[in-house]
Amino acid sequence: MIRNALASSTRPALTHARTATTLSAGFPKVAQRLPTKYGGVYTVTLIPGDGIGQEITDSVKEIFEYVNAPIEWEQYNVSGMSSSGEDLFKQALESLRRNRVGLKGILFTPISQSGHISWNVAMRQQLDIYASVVLCKSLPGFPTRHNNVDFAIIRENTEGEYSGLEHQSYPGVVESLKVSTRAKTERICRFAFDFALKNNRKKVTCVHKANIMKLGDGLFLNTFRRIAEEYKSTGITANDMIVDNTSMQLVARPQQFDVMVMPNLYGAIVSNIGAALVGGPGIVPGCNIGRDYALFEPGCRHVAQDIMGTNRANPAAMILSATMMLRHLGLDNIANSIASSTFNVINAGKVRTADMGGSATTSDFTAEIIKNLHA
Amino acid sequence: MLPPRALSSVAQGALRRAQPFRTYASASPTAAFAGQKGSNGKYTVTLIPGDGIGPEISQSVKDIYSAAGVPIQWEEVDVTPVLKGGKTVIPDPAIHSVRKNTVALKGPLATPIGKGHVSLNLTLRRTFNLFANVRPCVSIKGFKTAYDDVNTVLIRENTEGEYSGIEHEVVDGVVQSIKLITWDASERVARYAFHYAQTQGRSRVTAVHKANIMKMSDGMFLSACREVAKEFPNIKYDEDLLDRVCLQIVQNPRPYSDRVMVMPNLYGDILSDMCAGLIGGLGLTPSGNIGRDASIFEAVHGSAPDIAGKGLANPTALLLSSLMMLRHMNLNEHAEKIEKATLTTIAEGKHITGDLGGKASTKEYTSAIIEKL
Repeated sequence: MIRNALASSTRPALTHARTATTLSAGFPKVAQRLPTKYGGVYTVTLIPGDGIGQEITDSVKEIFEYVNAPIEWEQYNVSGMSSSGEDLFKQALESLRRNRVGLKGILFTPISQSGHISWNVAMRQQLDIYASVVLCKSLPGFPTRHNNVDFAIIRENTEGEYSGLEHQSYPGVVESLKVSTRAKTERICRFAFDFALKNNRKKVTCVHKANIMKLGDGLFLNTFRRIAEEYKSTGITANDMIVDNTSMQLVARPQQFDVMVMPNLYGAIVSNIGAALVGGPGIVPGCNIGRDYALFEPGCRHVAQDIMGTNRANPAAMILSATMMLRHLGLDNIANSIASSTFNVINAGKVRTADMGGSATTSDFTAEIIKNLHA
Repeated sequence: MLPPRALSSVAQGALRRAQPFRTYASASPTAAFAGQKGSNGKYTVTLIPGDGIGPEISQSVKDIYSAAGVPIQWEEVDVTPVLKGGKTVIPDPAIHSVRKNTVALKGPLATPIGKGHVSLNLTLRRTFNLFANVRPCVSIKGFKTAYDDVNTVLIRENTEGEYSGIEHEVVDGVVQSIKLITWDASERVARYAFHYAQTQGRSRVTAVHKANIMKMSDGMFLSACREVAKEFPNIKYDEDLLDRVCLQIVQNPRPYSDRVMVMPNLYGDILSDMCAGLIGGLGLTPSGNIGRDASIFEAVHGSAPDIAGKGLANPTALLLSSLMMLRHMNLNEHAEKIEKATLTTIAEGKHITGDLGGKASTKEYTSAIIEKL
């Protein structure tokens, strides 16, 4: 009973059809309450994050200021470098609950056992922003080893290997639980098909390891097949692929993929492979969507501590994620002009950051985007 | 949130202190080859031809070996499962043969589809304690892919982790799958990785992990690697997040040519196939399973029933796996010679099989290699 209720309430309302432009995550709007808006201005939570976060969000702020975007930032400089930031982290979560929309860099997570758990994951679990959307698309004017790559990764964000349930049953024997539930599997699969529908995509591929994890991934695969049956009349084709084969196919023939849906951990792997195919984490935007909240962050979640503070980071991923946010708020015009200016600058190839083979700084790149906004 | 974690870290600390007193029953110390030559001056090696194209590609390897004068005699066995006490098992003669020779070469096996069958590969792995899967991937000249500078070696823990097979449905619609990490298995595979790095001239071992999320399980895997690293002061050791490794290998695999990567089961499974994808697929990648009781070298591609018996199959993967076997047996010179002949044959591109874009049959390809010897 409860499961049915859950499933049907997570089923997005399909009435708010919106235009699907190249990089719009045309995810269905399901928020019960609209984002906070006073006097035509939206309040948005901003969490720059660790590493290069500060620099690339500064770049977004600068551009937004220039175009006079009706966005009021509520900034929280949370840092995962030490556990002492926990209070601020909680305040940031409260702010997100209030505003329902946020823009975020990546928070550092210590690997030591005594360190705190991943706040990135905690945020996704507590806000139940269950669907991670990452768009991997070859950019015009920036050839890589692969061309014509264009796929979307839909990743379950709140359970699976990231459940955080681990214990040592005997010294030297550790068990880590991967939790898979039908309700969450069902809603992520529905999300994937709805995403495909709204963005004019033709195929949804389920990535799994059901040949080994017969129950856990078996549940995922079976649910996927059941949902696929429901969407058959829409003309979207569905297929499934084992995760090791998927990663092999991705580096050999990435053009065969369109929309991919998968459990949590495989998403981490596939989104990194995907980012590498199209030119790196600096240009891949992403977001996390739930029923009530939407949090936008770069699709490939790296802190990039090594180039922190050197003004060399590529802000494109963050800028494009921010344009996805603008579209989410219905500010499509501003979003389109910022996005096309960004693509134009990349296509022109004169001003590029180091990860794209150029020598421009983050601020040069940002200035060039602003300059192109005129044209 | 805090109390259980505090507790567990205390327990972990206790474990670490306990380590110096543990005895390591594993892999004496590195599962190195200890076989003896027979009276005819040859080593005996078990050959499992396999299904589908298996017999053809095995024949090709045999032909090349006799032409190259490798001091090996084959003992062919059949591993078609038999029913014993209600369970499907590998026939005893096969088990005895592998156990006696401690080295085997194996073609592709078709896993029977249907309920109740444990895959044969899994059975072999369990029977002989094959704890480490070694997967080198090297770009092959003459077969163009988007990457031409791949030279990676990946060692995967093969017995536990995400593939422990422990799963249950708690209530309807809620499944728990258990990833099992033990100190002993982690330590054993780490030691083999360092041993491999040392003998194959690689200067660094990188442990690939996701310990920021799975702090205890992957955390213990890392602690085991760190402990073993202390025993190998001449090999550098570092750790890298799975995400970063995926990203960097696909962007530029070259920096990974100086090291051996070691990781838990699932990550290894995915990454090894990904690296295979970089160089053109499973038809060109060798694989070795190192165990305490025996080591089995195999082609990881499928049995390709559609072209079986037509003489079109590409034996390269099995041949390269057999070369890994020769190196495992310290027959490095023979390995070198055959490898060179094979790679030049492919690079010339005159006698290559259909999957590589040529027209040659298995036989023509084989004789081209033999000519180069």
